[in-house]
Parts: sequence; C-alpha cells; structure tokens
Amino acid sequence: MKRQFLSGPYILWMVLFTIIPLAIVVYYAFTDSITGAFTLKNLAAMGTYLPIFLRSIWLAVVSALICLVLGYPVAWCIAQAGPRAQRFLYMLVMLPMCISFLLRTLAWVSLLEDTGIINNLLGRLGIGPLRLVRNDGAVILGMVYNYLPYMIMPLYTVIMKIDHRLVEAAQDLGCGGSQVFLRVTLPLSVPGIISGVTMVFVPAVSTFYISQKLGGTTSTMIGDVIESQFKTAYNPNLGAALSLVLMILVLACIAVMNRFTGDDESVATI
Amino acid sequence: MSKELIRLEGISKAYDGEVVLDNINLYINDSEFLTLLGPSGCGKTTTLQIIGGFVKPTAGSVLFDGVRINDVPPHKRQVNTVFQRYALFPHLDVYDNIAFGLRVSKVSEDEIARRVAEMLEVVGMRGFEERKVDNLSGGQQQRIAIARALVNRPKVLLLDEPLGALDLRLRKDMQVELKRIQQQLGITFVFVTHDQEEALTMSDTIVVMDKGVIQQIGRPEDIYNEPKNAFVADFIGESNILDGIMRADRAVEFFGRRFACVDEGFAKDEPVDVVIRPEDVDIVPADTGHLCGTVTGVTFKGVHYDIIVDFHGFKWLIQTTDYHPEGAYIGIRLNPEDIHIMKKSRYSGMFGDYSSYSAEYDEIGDAALAEELEEQEEEG
Repeated sequence: MKRQFLSGPYILWMVLFTIIPLAIVVYYAFTDSITGAFTLKNLAAMGTYLPIFLRSIWLAVVSALICLVLGYPVAWCIAQAGPRAQRFLYMLVMLPMCISFLLRTLAWVSLLEDTGIINNLLGRLGIGPLRLVRNDGAVILGMVYNYLPYMIMPLYTVIMKIDHRLVEAAQDLGCGGSQVFLRVTLPLSVPGIISGVTMVFVPAVSTFYISQKLGGTTSTMIGDVIESQFKTAYNPNLGAALSLVLMILVLACIAVMNRFTGDDESVATI
Repeated sequence: MSKELIRLEGISKAYDGEVVLDNINLYINDSEFLTLLGPSGCGKTTTLQIIGGFVKPTAGSVLFDGVRINDVPPHKRQVNTVFQRYALFPHLDVYDNIAFGLRVSKVSEDEIARRVAEMLEVVGMRGFEERKVDNLSGGQQQRIAIARALVNRPKVLLLDEPLGALDLRLRKDMQVELKRIQQQLGITFVFVTHDQEEALTMSDTIVVMDKGVIQQIGRPEDIYNEPKNAFVADFIGESNILDGIMRADRAVEFFGRRFACVDEGFAKDEPVDVVIRPEDVDIVPADTGHLCGTVTGVTFKGVHYDIIVDFHGFKWLIQTTDYHPEGAYIGIRLNPEDIHIMKKSRYSGMFGDYSSYSAEYDEIGDAALAEELEEQEEEG
C-alpha cells in the first residue's frame, strides 16, 4: 500500500498540468469571450469549421496510413537484423528526432520551394519549376517525415518480441515465407500497428506548424485555426471550444480504430 | 513395423567451428517410438531440428523414405513438431490453432471441422474449441500442441522435451497418454528428453547421446541391462562402476577376488569396467558374503532404502527393502547375472563412485552432470 506514495509526484503533475488546464478549457468553451457568462455560442459555431475538421482528419489519416506502409517493412527488417545491426538501425531511425522539429520542417521548405534546391536541380535538367510546396501533398510529406519514427518504434518493439518458435511452428505446419507473414507475423503485430497509427494520427490531426510552412491557403488545418484564435483573433473561448471538439473527435477516432482492428484481428484468422 | 522411414547418414553439425553433432548414423523405423536421450548440450535437440528441417547439417545426408531431403524446407516435409513449451499461436483459439495446418493446405472447412473434432477427442480436450490458448494449463496446452501437429496426419511426429514443463504427476499421465496416442494412430514418434525414466517408459528404441556422439542404440531393456560404457550405465539408472580385470571368459576379478559373470569375448587380462546395479545386490550376514563392508549412510526412499556401503574405501550404492542401520557390518553376494562387464572407454573412472553420494541425486539431474563433465573435460 505504501508504494502508492511513489505515484504521488505524477498524480500531482497530472492534476496541475492536465486536469486543471482541461477544466479551464471546458470553462472557456462554455463562456462568452466578453461578458464571461455561460453560453453555447462557441460550440454552435463549430459548423463553420466542419470542413477544416474533416480535412485535418483526412490529412492525418492519409499520413498515418503512409507511415504504416513505409514504416512496417523498415520495422520488420530491423527486427530481423543481428543484435548489433538492430541497435545501429534503430539509432538511425531515432536520429532525426534529435534535430528540432521546426528546423526539419523549414528544411523541407527550402528543398521544395519554387527557387528551392530540388527545383534548381530540375531547372538545370530543363524541367520545372514544379509546384512542390504550398499544397496538401507537401503537408502530408511533412507529417510523414516528422512522425515516421513514431510509427516505426512501436512496430519494431512488437515485431521483435514475436517468439521465433511461433514462426518455426508455422513453417512446421506448412507455411512458406509469405504465409508465415500473413498468418502469424502480421496478426501478432496488430497491437504495434494500433499504437503506431495512434501515435502518428494524434499529433498529425492537431498539427499547425507543418501546415503553415508547407501548406497552401486552402490546406489550413484545425490546429492553425486554434492557434490563430489564441494568438491573433484574441478569442480564446472559441479556441477552447475548438480544442474540446478536436479532443472528442480524436478520442472517437481512436475508439473506432481500436474497435475496427479488434474485430479485424479475429476476422484475419479466417 | 520394421520398414525403415528416416535415415541419418554421417550427420555432423558445427556452429562456428564448435562441433555439436559428430558423425551421427541412425535409422528410424515406421511406427516406431524412438527416443533421443542425453544430458543438455548432447546434441539431441539439434538432431531433431535436422530431421524437422530447421537446422541444416554441416555434413551428411537426411533420407526420408529413401529420398535425400537435406534441401527440403520445413514446410514441405511430412513431419510435424511438438515444440518445447508448445509454441501455440496466442492470437488464435484452440480450434483455430489445431486447424492452422489444415487451412494452410487448403482443406475444406467441413473436413477441418471433422478432423479437429476427432483430434480433440483423441487428446481428451472436447469442448475447449473456443478457449483462448493463454487460459489453458500447461497440460492442456501440451495436448493442444500434440493435436495441432497430429491433425495434419504426419508420417513422423517430432517431440522436443514436450513434458519438461509439467509437474511430476501430469508428466506420468502424459507419458502413458502419449504412448497410447502413438499406438492408436500408428505414427512414428521421435521424442527428445533428458529424463531416463521417461525414455524407458515410452520408447521402442532409445538412442543415448552425449557430446554430439551416439553412445548406444537399443531397446530400453538392453540399454538398462547391457550398457555399453560408463556414461550409459550411469545416465540410465544408478550404477556402481568398478575397475576389474577379465581373467577368462565368464570370470572377472575385482577387489582382489574372482567373480563368475556371464560376459565373454574379452582378451585375457583385459582391464574392464564392471557395472553392478544397486538393486541387484543381495545383502547377507557378514560371514557368508563375497564382500563385506560398513554401512555409512541410509536414506529412506519410500519403496526402498538407499544405503551407502564402504568396501575397501570404495563406496557403493545399494538399494534394499530391509533396514540396515548406519555402522552395521554387512556382507553381499553377487550372482553371475548381476555383474555386467563393459569395455574401457573415455568415460571410465568418471562415473559410478558413490563416495560423494548425496541423497538428492535424483533432483540434481543433468545440470550437475553436465557441469561435472565439463570440469573433467577441462582437467583432462
């Protein structure tokens, strides 16, 4: 029982920096920006922002799926390598995360912009200049680039932990290489897929910096709107309402995904 | 019964220059229950993996029904394995685990349902179809692993220490069960174990291995009664092993006394190892004994007593149902058939002396044995 003391600092931290701020967000979301009186006006305004919500979710889903498609083979290959190679490759995956997120995103701008490095090179070959930046594609590229390690890490951990004797057992029962993968490795890495997709989707759906730098005027994401409510439009109450709705949407998405993959797990066996 | 199914010819295996198997020659008959028996690190599991196709031999051939299968991958061999600790698929329930192999080979669902039900019947697990494998006990997982392998109707079932994780009672039940299943289905079983009692109980043929070399192949009775060297004599059951000299056919001398025995074909005055099983010794009053000694230790074992008797400084283990107190001076008699003569081997002098006898010899098992061997190897 005494051990519960050990979680004390964390609980205090949670109360101070998560529970209380959340309560403040809820309070702001239901109050008027000028009078401070209770109102549902902020939430009623959500309809206006529905297209932005939907686009944010759409871009985040696409990014998460691309991360999954790119990340799974990488995670699988790392897990198959020898112990020393595994540590080295894993470090390579982590390495970009040591550089500032802002810097990495800006680097993409100078690579992709009309007078950027890629267009310069293409220009010398007589192609271009191509419109590589200020569109949804660039935003997705930026998100995939920044969040890919969050996909690879949980996938690698789960795949590495799959008992090799299960693979041998599958071979013993008649599975060739691709059958082993489809019938054993893939179903057993579902927990890694769920946490990888979640870890990419959640930051991606609420991102604002990437879309500002790489996105065009039409690819505003909900994170940008929330930021502008606090910093330029001086309407924290609407910003709080937007955050609240976003949070509920994210939780709903995760719940749906868990449900979906949970069912999928049993379907995959047939 | 006597048709040959698998043959290993001159199989050797080395990992990074370290020899694990050294020129293994072995044939396995159809419908036979064959056990590979030996201490940890003797190469028995590697031999099994070579038959299963998970390990490629460095040299030699694996023949199945007369065809060389060295390069056939595991999933194309007519062999199924029951893995150590079972390796059941945690994402599938009992039914799907057993159906796994049949689905891979695209058997129709009707047929699968029929065969899975039949298999669950054989292993006594009807009604467990929907259960998650994680929620099963060790013995139940064991049965599912056997069913999962057997449902594919393999010609050969390989079992890698399948009973190792079970408690003693369950292990004994499963020994009988396995033997029954093997006889009922008429499938060849190749069973790996370090437990000599398990091997004696179930096998038609036992292959005793040590240090990557086959020490002896034979029926359980032959292995027990006619061990080929000190290693086999000591590993299978308990043995007193003494130095002797063969004075003539059917006459051996040890402790300065000639004994009649039943062994022939040794050179005159050839030094030999003499094996005397603890349960074969008859205890008599000191004045009528062939040899006399003092009891130095008594341990009650349930059915019998283990007593340690000191003869001229060499201590014997004798098993008797009569109580002889510590310090008693007793005589023993040896009948000719109680004395077994073996040629000298590299194992001579390493086993069969109970001077450092400990009552827990059963429990120490092969870990201690393997260590002891390693130490002696280093010293020698």
